[in-house]
Amino acid sequence: MSKEPVAVVGIGQTKHVAARRDVSIAGLVREAARRALDDAELGWADIDAVVIGKAPDFFEGVMMPELYLADALGAVGKPMLRVHTAGSVGGSTALVAANLVAARVHGTVLTLAFEKQSESNAMWGLSLPIPFQQPLLAGAGGFFAPHVRAYMRRSGAPDTIGSLVAYKDRRNALKNPYAHLHEHDITLEKVQASPMLWDPIRYSETCPSSDGACAMILTDRAGAARAPRPPAWMLGGAMRSEPTLFAGKDAVSPQAGKDCAADVYRQAGIADPRRDIDAVEMYVPFSWYEPMWLENLGFAAEGEGWKLTESGVTELDGDLPVNMSGGVLSTNPIGASGMIRFAEAALQVRGQAGEHQVDGARKALGHAYGGGSQFFSMWLVGAEPPDA
Amino acid sequence: MNREIAVVAFAQTEHRRTSEELSEVEMLMPVLHEVLARTGLKTADIGFTCSGSSDYLAGRAFSFTLALDGVGAWPPISESHVEMDGAWALYEAWTKLLTGDADTALVYSYGKSSPGPLRDVLTRQLDPYYVAPLWPDSVALAALQAQALIDAGDTDEPALAAVAARSRADATANSHAQLRGSVPRGEYVVRPLRTGDCPPIGDGAAAVVLAAGERARELCERPAWIRGIDHRIEAHGLGVRDLTDSPSTRLAAEKAGAFQRPVDTVELHAPFTSQEVVLRKALKLDDSVRVNPSGGALAANPVMAAGLIRIGEAAARIHRGESDRALAHATSGPCLQQNLVAVLEGDPR
Repeated sequence: MSKEPVAVVGIGQTKHVAARRDVSIAGLVREAARRALDDAELGWADIDAVVIGKAPDFFEGVMMPELYLADALGAVGKPMLRVHTAGSVGGSTALVAANLVAARVHGTVLTLAFEKQSESNAMWGLSLPIPFQQPLLAGAGGFFAPHVRAYMRRSGAPDTIGSLVAYKDRRNALKNPYAHLHEHDITLEKVQASPMLWDPIRYSETCPSSDGACAMILTDRAGAARAPRPPAWMLGGAMRSEPTLFAGKDAVSPQAGKDCAADVYRQAGIADPRRDIDAVEMYVPFSWYEPMWLENLGFAAEGEGWKLTESGVTELDGDLPVNMSGGVLSTNPIGASGMIRFAEAALQVRGQAGEHQVDGARKALGHAYGGGSQFFSMWLVGAEPPDA
Repeated sequence: MNREIAVVAFAQTEHRRTSEELSEVEMLMPVLHEVLARTGLKTADIGFTCSGSSDYLAGRAFSFTLALDGVGAWPPISESHVEMDGAWALYEAWTKLLTGDADTALVYSYGKSSPGPLRDVLTRQLDPYYVAPLWPDSVALAALQAQALIDAGDTDEPALAAVAARSRADATANSHAQLRGSVPRGEYVVRPLRTGDCPPIGDGAAAVVLAAGERARELCERPAWIRGIDHRIEAHGLGVRDLTDSPSTRLAAEKAGAFQRPVDTVELHAPFTSQEVVLRKALKLDDSVRVNPSGGALAANPVMAAGLIRIGEAAARIHRGESDRALAHATSGPCLQQNLVAVLEGDPR
């Protein structure tokens, strides 16, 4: 007998902001979980297990916070798992939860990811000095900027591509009520005039630091049949990892990302991702990662990704919309960012994405990455269940 | 689909008070090499890899990313990590094998407690608004539990001393153990718990290989089949729990099928002597069952690995033909807040 099909029947997010001073960590996660349950029209008693994820515990200063969050998430008396796979964790958490359903261990699972970055300072949380190890150079931007420069040199992309991505994502965010940044007066000129932080990455081309949580209810075929709204069906999902640094590593287009995408496409029967996939939510914390991931994920040939961005293909009304929600560039509660990508992909194929809905989206990809471009998690969701 | 999944190999470090200048990767690598050598598998043959560790022990964010270097994740591997004891990493790997996506899994976990004051570090696990600011340490919380047991008439100090003595005596046969043989009861650390009632603080790592169906029989002469595995969590607030009982352990054991037939061996993750009393009650164990032949967590308790070691020790006894049906338990959180139970069986001899 094959795997049980997995359906997303509930999605909930908080309104992502710089600091949620009105709620505790428990209050934050409960808000997202409650909204996901409401969306699925389920109660806490309907949940068989809870799978929670977040990025490093230093970001809130709580070691293994799932222990303290068991009560707030209705997990008492139930199994509770805590996933941590760096920046990809939001995606990985959803996949671990999906496996519980696919393996028929549980029927209905609550999965949730969060970060409450206002509790500390993420940049320095990432920059603890460790003897004999290469420092991360004051936050993630310092680590990734050289990889962006390598991409620009390799592809010959014009300097302006990064600003086009940021301008698009920040405008998309205006259509998403949950997005953190709502810059109503955004212009391309403002993006291009913003201060240079880590050359070539400008201030407006970086992600914000957010407080937020995202939750999903995953269930089996029977659960999906009872769902009040159309489910999103998981058609493929995979994780891949490679070491941080090694001779021969391609930091611009990591092999682990290519392998992960290939595995997902194989499971979902995707022959040509550019043609077969209607919308993509990918993890773009720095603007230039849009063209880089377009190539890594097989939507464009090597060195050609920036042309899709430049010609407007990735705009909300383009041929291959990317980051319709505004993406990580507009909202970044780090541990939750991957799950938001997965959830936004599911919203699209459920037809529930509101103002940032892509007309007729039937198949959408959710993508997350983390560490030194070394951890990848992806899923492909569809409006129709997988072939039995 | 009910795939049969087994533990086919287990390896662990020699647990010591400090691994000194060894990095986590250097501490872990020999264990990974040993567990793979037992099966003849190479990294590239493994279908799924899952690990458990804590950034708070390492004192740095993303500490597990460097451990991946020890695995040799090239070409890229299908891999995941839990910020939990390795027993839960094993649980995630078990579900992955159940789906049929992989036939073999490498599970590992490690913890270096030596660089920091562990009792202080573990207070960071507590409710960050109401409890953690008071810095109640792990021994003090365990002492609350022990006193509750004594007040309820479930145990007394001589009985706790007997648990400690039996554990360390059994550990004399375990070359990996940190505390072996006759260990003095010592002074009170936090009344009623004495030094001898507390686990040693130390560094260590462990790894197991899981395999499904026929693959397990190819890799191991007598696989330790996972007949059931389940885990449950309780409320975090100690004030709303009955500390003399462990309903989460009992429920996990029920779900894992532990009560369907008697087990001959039990490996309990009871870092404090008093916690063995709680777990024995929850699991309805009588004196006919061999408890913690390895010496248990009172002989070696590398945080984040000690739970996985319980599963590994139980499986190894089945591999060696010293047990036919064993129960392994792992715990996490203050006063046994979260518990996992696995039931392992060998093929009939």
